[in-house]
Amino acid sequence: MSRTRWVWIGWALLLVAAVVLPFLVKNYRVFQFNLVLVYAVAILGLNILTGFNGQISLGHGAFYAIGAYGAAVLMDRVGMPYWATLPLAGVLCFVLGFLMGFPALRLAGHYLAVATLGLALAVPQLLKYKHLEAYTGGVQGIVLVKPDPPFTFRFLGQPFNADRWLYFFTLAVTIVMFVLAWNLLRGRVGRALIAIRDHPIAAAVMGINLPLFKSLTFGVSAAFTGVAGALGAIVIAFVSPDSFLITLSIFLLVGMVVGGLASIPGAFFGAIFIQFVPNIADELSKSAPAAIYGVLLIVLMYLMPTGVMGMVRKLWARWQPGAARLRVNVNPGAPVPVSPDLTKESTT
Amino acid sequence: MKFNHFHLAVAGLAAAAISLSAAAQKKYDPGATDTEIKIGDLKPYSGPASAYGTIGKAIAAYFDKVNAEGGVNGRKIKYISLDDGYNPAKAVEQSRKLVEEDEVLLIFNSLGTPSNTAIQKYMNQKKVPQLFVATGATKWGDPKNFPWTMGWQPTYQTEGKIYAAHILETKPNAKIGVLYQNDDYGKDYLKGFEDGLGDKAKTMIVSKVSYEVTDPNIDSQMVTLKGSGADTFFNITTPKFAAQAIKKAAEIGWKPTHYLNNVSSQVGSTLKPAGLENAVGIITTQYNKDPTDPQWANDKAFLDWKAWMQKYYAGGDLTDASNVYGYSAAMTMVQVLKQCGDNLTRENVMKQAANLDMVLPMALPGINVKTGPNDFYPIEREQLARFDGKTWVLFGKVYDASSN
Repeated sequence: MSRTRWVWIGWALLLVAAVVLPFLVKNYRVFQFNLVLVYAVAILGLNILTGFNGQISLGHGAFYAIGAYGAAVLMDRVGMPYWATLPLAGVLCFVLGFLMGFPALRLAGHYLAVATLGLALAVPQLLKYKHLEAYTGGVQGIVLVKPDPPFTFRFLGQPFNADRWLYFFTLAVTIVMFVLAWNLLRGRVGRALIAIRDHPIAAAVMGINLPLFKSLTFGVSAAFTGVAGALGAIVIAFVSPDSFLITLSIFLLVGMVVGGLASIPGAFFGAIFIQFVPNIADELSKSAPAAIYGVLLIVLMYLMPTGVMGMVRKLWARWQPGAARLRVNVNPGAPVPVSPDLTKESTT
Repeated sequence: MKFNHFHLAVAGLAAAAISLSAAAQKKYDPGATDTEIKIGDLKPYSGPASAYGTIGKAIAAYFDKVNAEGGVNGRKIKYISLDDGYNPAKAVEQSRKLVEEDEVLLIFNSLGTPSNTAIQKYMNQKKVPQLFVATGATKWGDPKNFPWTMGWQPTYQTEGKIYAAHILETKPNAKIGVLYQNDDYGKDYLKGFEDGLGDKAKTMIVSKVSYEVTDPNIDSQMVTLKGSGADTFFNITTPKFAAQAIKKAAEIGWKPTHYLNNVSSQVGSTLKPAGLENAVGIITTQYNKDPTDPQWANDKAFLDWKAWMQKYYAGGDLTDASNVYGYSAAMTMVQVLKQCGDNLTRENVMKQAANLDMVLPMALPGINVKTGPNDFYPIEREQLARFDGKTWVLFGKVYDASSN
């Protein structure tokens, strides 16, 4: 069989697994998987900016919060159906991200990181702002109604209830977002982003409009994270300023690095990490869960310095015959960039 | 012979009736069996409010004691306390784990106003008791809309009213400066305080400043308050900021009559870091016996508490009032379970929780736990106390806010 056919079979199996999975576990687990999907989309958004374009953001929690609040306010105050809030949250975050990215162009590397940090610090406080209280609910936040499934049936003895319906809704959105990202990054645009990251001067000489590309990347990245935020609000059915503190931005960054910089599937591993590792730490010790979390993170980074996907690539390269390795190398636009120079960022 | 048969028949009927009624009495919802009662909890073992984690450990230690002594009506308590890091999103996830995966009978003493707000609707939809929550927000006593949620400690509004009453009694022309945390907790206190002052609130309060829980310090707020010319200070802050405020007031030479909310009245975690000499004269309210107060040194209840701490929670801080809090809260929980008898349904748990009239040994004299079908505020009495440089000294009467 040809290589492409195997890839398609692999995808089909993965999809079947994702569809059957929620019927094999309890509701609460379905809810957790749902959160994993949400975080995966958020991390993917951050990865477009940081992994592919080399702009560090410590403020993506702010876009997540804006997306979440956008959806919550539209559902609660305007009475909009939950699914219609997603594109609006995405557009809102795209505009804000683009505007944030525009002045940020003058800032490079660590300076940009600090500027975005400011955003992450400001947003939770702005959400409590007195004159916005009528919309945001102030410190109390907004309690949402969980959407009911449009139809019900039983499968494997489990009912198709609100949690499972939301899981499939999130899964569909996640697939759309990942396909969008894949399409965006595998072609000309993706190459341009990577070129800007690796050598901005050379990229400019090649005719890439640096300011426009960087701002657009910021906007697209914010839009992805904003959609994730909106999904998160629908799934958790509650938003409050305390849900989106600076730690959220940091955790997204951690998830991205753990999953693997400049890797699309890596976002899933990162999401699994930020969803489940804090729970493991809590189970191990009530006295110092944060310390356990820290130790686990350090151990992981020592074992897999380039993240989970970096590790996978390394093993893959080792098991492949030489020709295959070469084939991937000459094709920098491949969905999963594998050549060593493309992953340089994550090792420095 | 006939007589004997008759006797036998009666005995048999009686036995049948007894066993029937016994069977009828034993009623269980998920989380309760003949041998075990599962109780869930959410506490911030990590994150900005992790100082309160010790309450969870104290509760676990008290249940250990109850279990070592045979349990409640022969059933052991299994206490599952999860970390929510003071994050409402995490609280939703963890409460779902407790209810759906661990299948607890109830969630007890979950901590923090944002976290409890996030799960309140879910708990009430699922009809799982959200009992004796560890927050003083006033909204937990709303049996009409949320019959499955109940508070425990005196509410922030209650306490704010008591300070207002004291100021009106002792210093009716006070110029008051208020520092509050910009969230439900801070605003709840402020509301009670302003309600208590009534019409005079507008003229008496000369300055109101707020801070965010994420702020590094409150130095500039303190300078503003001093500049307003206030001679009375109502300090609505959590322990870290309370310590900063007390210290800063001393540094800038501001010496108002200082009212400190009970939330931060711990000697160990607030006043010591602020400098005990700076804290002399500060007024707060209390409803539990302070473990650092020498007047309880030979008190039977205090000695029992100390013996329990040393045996079951050896690593715990003997000066931390949070360990008294956990002890007393757990004791209230055990009383509810005792009253439930063999009918351990969630409905009966709420019924018994709303039918309490007890005195907690570590509560101050005159302070009781009382609830009713329409009274979901278990503790509503408090007494004022003044710090003398070493410990809180109680003074004045016991204020009862339920009559207000």
